[in-house]
Amino acid sequence: MSEVKFSNDSLAVIEKIVARYPEGKHKSALLPVLHLAQAEFDGWLSPEAMDEVARVLNLKSIEVYEVASFYTMFNLSPVGKCLIEVCRTSSCWLKGANEIVEHIEKKLNIKDGETTPDGMFTLKTVECLGSCGTAPMMMIGAQFHENLTYDKVDSILETCKTEDKRKTYFDQVNIEHY
Amino acid sequence: MAKVTIDGKTIEVPDGTSILQAARMIGPDVAPPTMCYHSKLKTSGGYCRTCLVEVTKGSDKDPRPMPKLVASCRTNVMDGMEVGNLTSPKVVEARKGVVEFLLLNHPLDCPICDQAGECHLQDLGYDHGSAKTRTDFERRTFEKISLGDKIQLHMTRCILCYRCVKVADQITDNRVHGVLNRGDHSEISTYIEKVIDNDFSGNMIDVCPVGALTDKTFRFKSRVWFTKPVCANRNCDKCSGKVHLWYKGEEVLRVTGRKDQWGEVEEFICNTCRYDKKKTSDWEIEGPAEVNRHSVISANHYQVLKKGSEFKLNDIKPLPITEGEGS
Amino acid sequence: MGKKLLLANDHVPGIKNYEVYRANGGYKSVEKAIKTMSPDAVVEEVKKSGLRGRGGAGFPTGMKWSFLAKPEGVARYIVCNADESEPGTFKDRYLMSRIPHILIEGMITSGFALGATAGYIYIRGEYFYIVSILEKAIEEAYQNGWLGKNILGSGFDYDLYVQVGAGAYICGEETALLESLEGKRGNPRIKPPFPAIAGLYGCPTVVNNVETIAAVVPIINEGGEAYAAVGIGKSAGTKLISASGHINKPGVYEIEMGITVEDFIYSDEYCGGIINGRKLKAVVAGGSSVPILPADKILTTPAGEKRLMSYESLSEGGFASGTMLGSGGFIVMDETTSIVQNLHTFARFYHHESCGQCSPCREGTGWMEKILHKILDGHGTMADIELLWEIQAKIEGNTICPLGDAAAWPVASAIRHFRSEFEEFVQNPTNLKKVRHYESVNQLVSA
Ligand SMILES: Cc1cc2nc3c(=O)[nH]c(=O)nc-3n(C[C@H](O)[C@H](O)[C@H](O)COP(=O)(O)O)c2cc1C
Ligand code: SF4
Ligand code: FES
Ligand code: FES
Repeated sequence: MSEVKFSNDSLAVIEKIVARYPEGKHKSALLPVLHLAQAEFDGWLSPEAMDEVARVLNLKSIEVYEVASFYTMFNLSPVGKCLIEVCRTSSCWLKGANEIVEHIEKKLNIKDGETTPDGMFTLKTVECLGSCGTAPMMMIGAQFHENLTYDKVDSILETCKTEDKRKTYFDQVNIEHY
Repeated sequence: MAKVTIDGKTIEVPDGTSILQAARMIGPDVAPPTMCYHSKLKTSGGYCRTCLVEVTKGSDKDPRPMPKLVASCRTNVMDGMEVGNLTSPKVVEARKGVVEFLLLNHPLDCPICDQAGECHLQDLGYDHGSAKTRTDFERRTFEKISLGDKIQLHMTRCILCYRCVKVADQITDNRVHGVLNRGDHSEISTYIEKVIDNDFSGNMIDVCPVGALTDKTFRFKSRVWFTKPVCANRNCDKCSGKVHLWYKGEEVLRVTGRKDQWGEVEEFICNTCRYDKKKTSDWEIEGPAEVNRHSVISANHYQVLKKGSEFKLNDIKPLPITEGEGS
Repeated sequence: MGKKLLLANDHVPGIKNYEVYRANGGYKSVEKAIKTMSPDAVVEEVKKSGLRGRGGAGFPTGMKWSFLAKPEGVARYIVCNADESEPGTFKDRYLMSRIPHILIEGMITSGFALGATAGYIYIRGEYFYIVSILEKAIEEAYQNGWLGKNILGSGFDYDLYVQVGAGAYICGEETALLESLEGKRGNPRIKPPFPAIAGLYGCPTVVNNVETIAAVVPIINEGGEAYAAVGIGKSAGTKLISASGHINKPGVYEIEMGITVEDFIYSDEYCGGIINGRKLKAVVAGGSSVPILPADKILTTPAGEKRLMSYESLSEGGFASGTMLGSGGFIVMDETTSIVQNLHTFARFYHHESCGQCSPCREGTGWMEKILHKILDGHGTMADIELLWEIQAKIEGNTICPLGDAAAWPVASAIRHFRSEFEEFVQNPTNLKKVRHYESVNQLVSA
């Protein structure tokens, strides 16, 4: 792997993020900056990426590992280009979330937590994403797909083959307002 | 000053004293058991919940009882407060629950654990637990991790008291380990393999209440109860130099910090004293150490434990002295 | 039609944008507060309104505000809890994505009342798309002089920021949220001290839910008394209810507190009845943490009266036969639902979300999930049901933060009210193993 270093654009964004907190409280920037790192470094946080975060925020590496490993949105191992997160908590389960998961498992021939051999899809079941009234639902990138049916899932997965769904997440992380 | 009554015994203590400290001042009979609190570590305590007590009267000013049991190590006394520890059936019940939770995923490897005889969890299970754990699920396991040539991490045994993290934070300036992941996946780790190497790293071992962090230079050289602790000191430029030397015959097998009657280190010591001074001639000997913790050196105690419990310690004869790595 | 205070302009096209929001009376509360009121008078008005926290605990907001310590020369903060992760709850998301400015306005008015130097909106990471909506609204507010230095020439300086989480229900607990906002693991703090004394960066801090802060806007505009006149008894004002599950019209409804539960479930103004005309079996009325109630108990109180959508009425009967309004996450289950299977999804949730600091919750939540799994797999015994009961009892009340209680209550209430279903699973596993509500999802949607 080439050297893991934030781009100058990202460094400028980080500077703006740090400015939101009082003097000396730059550790507060850790979660946003980890999101930024994940978006910049291929959708996951390698030890090198986390060390880079530690470097720019002037933290100990262990502080970054501790935090990154606490939050489920940070991937500590590589994931597919299209990370499918299906909610399976009560409201979604009542409306057939299990069936949706099984459908995707069959269709992609992977189990919950696995990635297709071509590195295209990763399937992950997750807990309530606040979309219970439009259940069942799944999130891909940063985009919610709601009121799912088998057909709807099929066509969404079809579009994943041509467009990089991570972009929705990457774009959100890099929103210009930062 | 505040007057507080614990299990019917009253004492006057300075404001800002915790219920636990007040209870300890009264004496061991009323002192709640602790696993995560450590008097020499700031912000320690609150996690394990073994020290829960019932506050039956909040204070003279506001006599209402507290609605929930409170962690005595993190709750301060108020003037006129009344507290139930062993006299409170609620506390006894809750504590049984806590012990069961702590043992739920704790391995049953006491026979081969270096900490056996010095383990706070062993004491706790014996004194406050119920007869058996009621789980038939597989216990959680972790890979054993080496933290260099001095410290062995056996995460499977860890009860997540956070003491070793606080030691690293508070008495060293380069913490490289911490608590990773979350919930029951939480683990003490360096994340990527790293050697923990600083002048005071050895204190992590002394503050570990169980056998999760052990001294590699001592491991399996002897069961604790075959060794004899002696108070000794030396002139050290890094630490107080006040230690316990653990002898077997003429040989110093291990050097540790001195622990108080609650099993908590009195003064942290440096790695030079701990690892590099294992000759009697390095030290000025003060005399035999008084070790209050009842299980230490008492293999008997260990065997009582096995009776009612599920611990499979069938043939717990004192183990023969083994060298090197066990399982 | 009940009175609407938060969603009154929800139907107005473009209400998401500043101009439209402003043209419809937006930011008036800021003007009124800053130009005509003292900060204390704003707090007083909120006290009078009887507003109670909408995040779940229902603590009186005015009282909470009056606890805020105000030492000289120390910064004060207001933090908005937009972590919304309680299963069954999606009202904050609805409000923020549709009328973002009402939250910004509420944060400014509240910030003024508390003398805050800055406000942070902590939003769950999965709501990333709302972050940009909020950022845009904040930018607009800055451009129009509602934020920044010397707001409305009053000398009041106030900055507002959005902070994004990264996937952790526990960060909804207010002290875990503050830890997370400080860039740490979301471990709840041991209290005391409470945030009102030592919160964000050790400074006095108020944490309030999105809906609570939004409600400050109508309270200041129309006066605390007018707000208190809406609703019933100590349940003043309106409440956003997130309705989901087996109902014809799931969604977010702003209700005047005091309507009957029956009305809420069956009337066309709200949930529109149960899908396919099936029978109601059970309801989780206030988000996953509150006790589940069977149909008869949710519709009527122990005194035999119709149960109302209010803090008091829902909790009538205590844990024996009542529940709680909680976050207003209203999950409806029809007669085909397996209570044990549903409970398993909750147990899995709490197991997944426990921060792991304290032993009863760390170990107990996983244990309960495993036992439920075992029962669902057809290997359960009667003793397992007792064990489940005992485990939840040993977690409840013995943990650092209320997540322990939240994990215990659903288990306790499911066993209390639906014990026979557990027993059936144990005695007759093969019959029940493959309970499904619908043959396929497609069928469900066409229904
Ligand atoms: C485990 C747990 C999760 C919580 N999640 C949320 C949440 O997502 N949103 C929220 O507003 N309050 C949540 N709360 C309640 C908060 O701790 C706190 O009471 C609330 O933010 C206070 O605001 P309020 O008084 O306006 O309701 C949660 C509490 C606990 C114990
Ligand atoms: S109750 Fe659970 S979530 Fe709360 S502090 Fe304890 S372990 Fe963490
Ligand atoms: S239960 Fe699936 S989004 Fe809430
Ligand atoms: S010793 Fe008090 S909670 Fe652990």
